[in-house]
Amino acid sequence: MDRLTEYLFPKQVSTFAADIDNLFYFIFYSSIVLFAIVVFGMLYLAIKYRFKKGDDIRLTSSKDHNNILESLFFIVPLILVSITFVWGIRSYLKMIIVPDDAIEIKVTGQSWFWTFDYPDGGTTLNEFVVPSNQPIKIILSSKDVLHSFFIPVMRSKMDCLPNRYNIMWFEAQQEGVYDIFCAEYCGTGHSQMGAKVVVMKPAQYEAWVAELGSDDENIPLDELGAKLYTKKACNTCHTLDGSALVGPSYLQTSQMWGQERVFDDGSSTVIDDNYIRSSILEPQTQIVAGYQGVMPTYQGLLNDRELDALIAFLKSLEKDSQI
Amino acid sequence: MIENQKNYLTYPKGIMSWLLTLDHKRIGLMYLFGGLAFFFLGGLLALGMRLELAAPGNDFMSNDTYNNVYTLHGAIMVFLFIIPAIPGALGNILLPLMLGAKDVAFPRLNLASFYLYTLGALFTIYTIIAGGVDTGWTFYTPYSTTSTSNVIPMTMGIFIIGFSSILTGLNFIATIHKMRIPGLTWYKLPLFVWALYGTSLVQITATPVIAITMVLLILERLLGIGIFDPALGGDPVLYQHFFWFYSHPAVYIMILPAFGIVSEIIPVHSRKKIWGYKFIAFSTLSIAFIGFLVWGHHMFTSGQSVFSQIVFSFITYFVGIPTGVKIFSWILTMYRGQVSFTPPMLYALSFLFLFTIGGLTGIFLGAVALDIHLHDTYFVVAHFHYVMQGGTIVAFLGGLHHWWPKSMGTMYNQTVANICCLGVFLGFNGTFFPQFLLGLRGMPRRYATYDPQYADLHNYSSFWSAILGLSIFIAIMNLLWSLRKNNKLDPGTNPWGAMTLEWTHTTSPPHPHNFEEEPVLEHGPYDYDKVIVEPTFKK
Repeated sequence: MDRLTEYLFPKQVSTFAADIDNLFYFIFYSSIVLFAIVVFGMLYLAIKYRFKKGDDIRLTSSKDHNNILESLFFIVPLILVSITFVWGIRSYLKMIIVPDDAIEIKVTGQSWFWTFDYPDGGTTLNEFVVPSNQPIKIILSSKDVLHSFFIPVMRSKMDCLPNRYNIMWFEAQQEGVYDIFCAEYCGTGHSQMGAKVVVMKPAQYEAWVAELGSDDENIPLDELGAKLYTKKACNTCHTLDGSALVGPSYLQTSQMWGQERVFDDGSSTVIDDNYIRSSILEPQTQIVAGYQGVMPTYQGLLNDRELDALIAFLKSLEKDSQI
Repeated sequence: MIENQKNYLTYPKGIMSWLLTLDHKRIGLMYLFGGLAFFFLGGLLALGMRLELAAPGNDFMSNDTYNNVYTLHGAIMVFLFIIPAIPGALGNILLPLMLGAKDVAFPRLNLASFYLYTLGALFTIYTIIAGGVDTGWTFYTPYSTTSTSNVIPMTMGIFIIGFSSILTGLNFIATIHKMRIPGLTWYKLPLFVWALYGTSLVQITATPVIAITMVLLILERLLGIGIFDPALGGDPVLYQHFFWFYSHPAVYIMILPAFGIVSEIIPVHSRKKIWGYKFIAFSTLSIAFIGFLVWGHHMFTSGQSVFSQIVFSFITYFVGIPTGVKIFSWILTMYRGQVSFTPPMLYALSFLFLFTIGGLTGIFLGAVALDIHLHDTYFVVAHFHYVMQGGTIVAFLGGLHHWWPKSMGTMYNQTVANICCLGVFLGFNGTFFPQFLLGLRGMPRRYATYDPQYADLHNYSSFWSAILGLSIFIAIMNLLWSLRKNNKLDPGTNPWGAMTLEWTHTTSPPHPHNFEEEPVLEHGPYDYDKVIVEPTFKK
């Protein structure tokens, strides 16, 4: 990537990104030429034929057409837009024809987080793990209002509809962690509805997938909770070090265990196991004063053992901080 | 100088003579001040958004407040200012004068249009008082059918304003066909009239679609009938088709009158016959027509069929061609003329610069493959502001400065006006050019908070928006300040040496019945090669 591309665009990670950026440059340079003609032509004529102090008001030229010039106004833009159109469609076809050997991953948008369902079982929230150099087919839908799944480094975006599936695909060429945004307005938490795409080497991905489906039954509750804290994307809004993000820090909640917590409607309640459980399952009913009610419900996304695990993990934080 | 000469501003007197007036000029002025009030409100909302976006977090307002603010900014600017302002204000004041007519064809209908606009405006004000609306000005379903904010009053307001728009369009078409003085044939009409004709055709054909869409949305919310909400068996993409079938042509309702204004300003202030009269006139009509066939380019990521994508992309480029022809014609008009750098001319030149950027960036968005990356990012935000504000509003400000001495009979301070024009130009580019870069880098629109990687550009944009806002505010205050006492111009004033009927055959401000007697057409609107009209400017 040259320096201009680095300045203008996010990284070129997908196979078709470079082609799309080149289409951009074709339109960009053609536009600069046309724009220069317009601006310099305008300034040249305006200054050359300016009305100076002391000039007489006189009859001016009756010239108001020139067949050759006017034909050029039609023909040159017509040629440029024809090239743009054909290029735009050719690149578009590359973006929609999915290779046969693609891995199929189901992506669901919901106010305001993303769920990823992998082909061999296993689900992640707000973390989209894919292997590099392997086509990924994404089947998109929404559980409520419209969302739009946007990965700038892949130059790809598609709306998520509640009543039918949309399809997009990409093949990542570079390992790394990149942004995912929601690009269709969806309410209060729209600007927080981000996620990350993690591109791994295929071998690493295989190992990750194997672990994803592994049995969580046999590990202690607080360790499972620590795992779920990142796996279920709690960490995007809640920190462990006491600092406030979109939501209150787990550490702060843990340190306040047994004390009163005040909500934005003026009411308050004692922080205990039941409070934590209901804040996870029905986050909109009690909103901590000073924060916004943007947290989605985790109803159906966590089973009872997982809920217990998260509560145990939260309780353990205060003890750890004292050591 | 005849001190006691009647003009439409002072005769007849009394508040009722204004509220019940059938005079197109008074109705135009009421539209103008109504529109400017909403422009001010919409502008304050815009500055509030820029303040919030100056830094990444929720520093100034919460997500919900931001969502209300950006929705109201869009809805107010589009439906209460830009769409009614030029046809309703400048169109009403000027159209009959340019045709040599006493009034529009249906003066009572004209007053009814104004009151429908007022009623729609009241619904909007109610929406704001009742706590706002948070769906975006596009009201996409199913969010708009499930949102608990005041969707019904806002969409009801838009529904009512739609009728105002339809009736004004109808009135103008009848007026242009039937009220021209003898000898004023189609090719002798000022190009502003052609522009209003194209606009009116779009208004009467497209607006009913948004009206019925808003009704369906209201019925869905009230009665739960399933048209757009999939939970009730409806289809949200159907809503997008309905909405853009109006709202894309609405772009031309907003921009065509601006083309008309620029087509008047440039020949007059260059004292030169317009280049390619027929090209400009017919490109107006062809843009109005093609504008109906491209709505699908707003839906390139909605999952419509590949065939639709290709067809909509293809037709979209055909809007670009006639628009390009217009731009080149305006520039060539200055060739061998006598160009004066007056405030209206500076606005027209700014328009050419800004609108060309707006038009060219539309080509990027018309290419399907590239649009998929840019769709719903700040690139789109920057593009339509270059068209709507850099194009329409800059042309509107130019038109206000051009016809202000005609309609108000006073002259503003031209040096201040020129400085403000420069401020608008710099402030506008400083605000919106960085947004193209934000969009290319993937910053989605309608975000109250954002990733810190975008902070520098947002901060820069916010800084310049203050200069933009201040410049527009001072420019308008400068106009209003000219209305102070003892600042009247001589009624014979024609400060630019223009030769359309409103300048040559009536006083400034005009007589209550426009002309003392029916004007006789002596020359075409731009015959600077045949007739010398001396600029006259006396107090």
